[in-house]
Amino acid sequence: MTTTNTTNDQFKHLNLPPAITDLPRNNPHISIDDYDPEGDLLVMNLGPQHPSTHGVLRVKLWMDGEVCVKAVPYIGYLHRGVEKLCEHRTYVQITPLVDKNDYVCPMTNELAVNIAFENALGVTPPPRAQVIRTIVAEMQRMSSHLLAVGTWALDLGGALGGGATAFMHTFREREMLLDCFEELTGARFHYNHHTVGGVRHDIPESWSTHVLKALDIIEAKIDSYEGYLTENQVFKARSVGVGILDPKLGLELGISGPNIRASGVDWDLRRDAPFAAYDLVDVKVATAQAGDCYARYQVRIAEMRESVRLVRFFMKNIPTGPICALKQVKLATAVKIPANFSGYTCIETARGELGTWLVTPPGKKKSAMPYRLKIRPPSLHAVSALPWVCPGNNLSDIIAILGSMDPIMGEVDR
Amino acid sequence: MSPLMTSLIIGICIATVILTITAWSIWYERKFAGRIQNRPGPTEVGSFGLLQPLADVLKLMQKEDVIPRDADRALFNLAPPLTIVAALGLLAVVPFSPEIVVSDLDVGLLFILAIGSVMVLPVWMAGWASNNKYAMLGAMRAISQSISYEVPLLMSAMVPVILAGSYNMGDIVEAQSGWQWFAFWPVGPGAIAFVLFFLCSLAEANRIPFDIPEAESELVAGVTTEYCGMKFGMFYLAEYLHTLISSAIASVLFLGGWEGPGPDGLHWMMVKTLLLFALIFWVRWTILRYRQDQLIKVCWVYFLPLSLVLVAVSAVWKAGLI
Repeated sequence: MTTTNTTNDQFKHLNLPPAITDLPRNNPHISIDDYDPEGDLLVMNLGPQHPSTHGVLRVKLWMDGEVCVKAVPYIGYLHRGVEKLCEHRTYVQITPLVDKNDYVCPMTNELAVNIAFENALGVTPPPRAQVIRTIVAEMQRMSSHLLAVGTWALDLGGALGGGATAFMHTFREREMLLDCFEELTGARFHYNHHTVGGVRHDIPESWSTHVLKALDIIEAKIDSYEGYLTENQVFKARSVGVGILDPKLGLELGISGPNIRASGVDWDLRRDAPFAAYDLVDVKVATAQAGDCYARYQVRIAEMRESVRLVRFFMKNIPTGPICALKQVKLATAVKIPANFSGYTCIETARGELGTWLVTPPGKKKSAMPYRLKIRPPSLHAVSALPWVCPGNNLSDIIAILGSMDPIMGEVDR
Repeated sequence: MSPLMTSLIIGICIATVILTITAWSIWYERKFAGRIQNRPGPTEVGSFGLLQPLADVLKLMQKEDVIPRDADRALFNLAPPLTIVAALGLLAVVPFSPEIVVSDLDVGLLFILAIGSVMVLPVWMAGWASNNKYAMLGAMRAISQSISYEVPLLMSAMVPVILAGSYNMGDIVEAQSGWQWFAFWPVGPGAIAFVLFFLCSLAEANRIPFDIPEAESELVAGVTTEYCGMKFGMFYLAEYLHTLISSAIASVLFLGGWEGPGPDGLHWMMVKTLLLFALIFWVRWTILRYRQDQLIKVCWVYFLPLSLVLVAVSAVWKAGLI
């Protein structure tokens, strides 16, 4: 992905980053030519229709018996051309579109693009909107991690076994959060809650009691998951020391979020580059050193606890005032951004750094549509680690690694 | 009536009753799992969903029977009925009460262990004949697991044989009369042998945490990947059948069979078998799955030496040296 040496004049106004030089990397694959198996190598397609690929990821595996020799992920089975569609939608219409990218925590997707638009416009949302955004972002993180832990246990324990029990239990708690979102926005999944300059829906009257009640239950239940999984010998046997991600490699691959924090990299945009109302609070970033599947699970559990704390804090301190800096948007073309703008903004979602690179059309007029909207999904980078992490593990471990990376294919393929 | 006729009638009755219990045990398990997972389980068909197994079987029968183009048709079709036959074959020597036994073989336990190891053959046939990589991997896992767990299973089954001094299942139960159940007596080796036997028969019947051959999160559906309709149903039924019969055998060998407080008889056998069966469900719905190599390691490194020690200790105990 080189971005320099663009001869096309229309990109001249863009302040493009320098070329990404060749990074020193080890060859991820054991060379098939050098590898001497006892028999033939078994080429297996893990996916796109497979119970444990978290959507439609396809991983082509070269196996020697049960041990993986080489793994190549193939993506694109869920490609819907969201970025191209965004070029033909107005800024108001883009918000519900990006909901479908990361369908496990959709509101943070809305937040990412809307922060990008606000930066371009130079608008700051009012404090009440900022706090509501932060509350829902943290609740989305919780619901996403509940799903991640549940489905990962499902991968380890099977759909007809102990894993399904953990899955059902985490989904029971996730359901309470979805009920809260439904009360706030009217939708359970694709909310269209954020808008340029603030949020669309104000907090209903009894909402805070419902949320706080859900938080109490979730906090108690996190202990119960820990009792079920953390010290479980089978669980530890399957996850400790499996799929170790080297922090240096992870940084080179652009991995972020819980996956890289589990490898000991203390990097969280909520603390290091605060957005929304995160500058009002001291976010305790959870890290682990081991970098294996178990560490990634531990980081997710710790982040859920931290999210409970943050939501409680913000629930007590919701400022009064308007919820949107702009007038109530009536027309789809109401929001217009000046020409010749390009900028990158990023926020921390449940999966890591979700970046948005916004380019507006050249010329003099303000425009209601972007020229280019590039979304940098954290899951894509997590999937790109598979060729490095998978070889040498057996099939069961590959499933465990895949689940612990928690990729969402809607976001990877866009 | 000739003895052959008697055996035949008893055999047909037992097979029918056990198959019915097996079908409804699927309902029982689904309700049980539902309770563990905070959901009601089947509720729609019949009251409390009691007719659910019937509906499942009818649905499976209506399905189109698809055979993959490159499959070995003969083996592919032969494997499902063979699993049922092998599982039902185990029933022949299990005494449910002093009278209700199809064939009171003097080497009953040997027969059971022999037929039990035949169970892996149809699994391998299915995996090989499906011509599917996932099925193949599942079959490979099944074989390696079966070979590993056969040995400690056999060794732990030898403990009651040594204590009772007979391979005959009826004699083994008689030897446990008066509360001298081998699971509790002699204190120590009996209980350990019981747990070992129970775990190994879980491995034989491919139940969690030993259901690696059909680990559906890894191998889609393992050996049954290419099967549909009633052929899949047969595998499914055989799995439950094998589990049920394993519980019955464990209760004969270690829990005193039909012996019990109050009047002896069939009811005690049923209670013990179903309790063990429920224990298997409980384990299944609460425990995650081991990896294949870890499972094999557990077997060869821990189970096998332990079972050898148990055999030695029980032999010494029987000889009256302890």
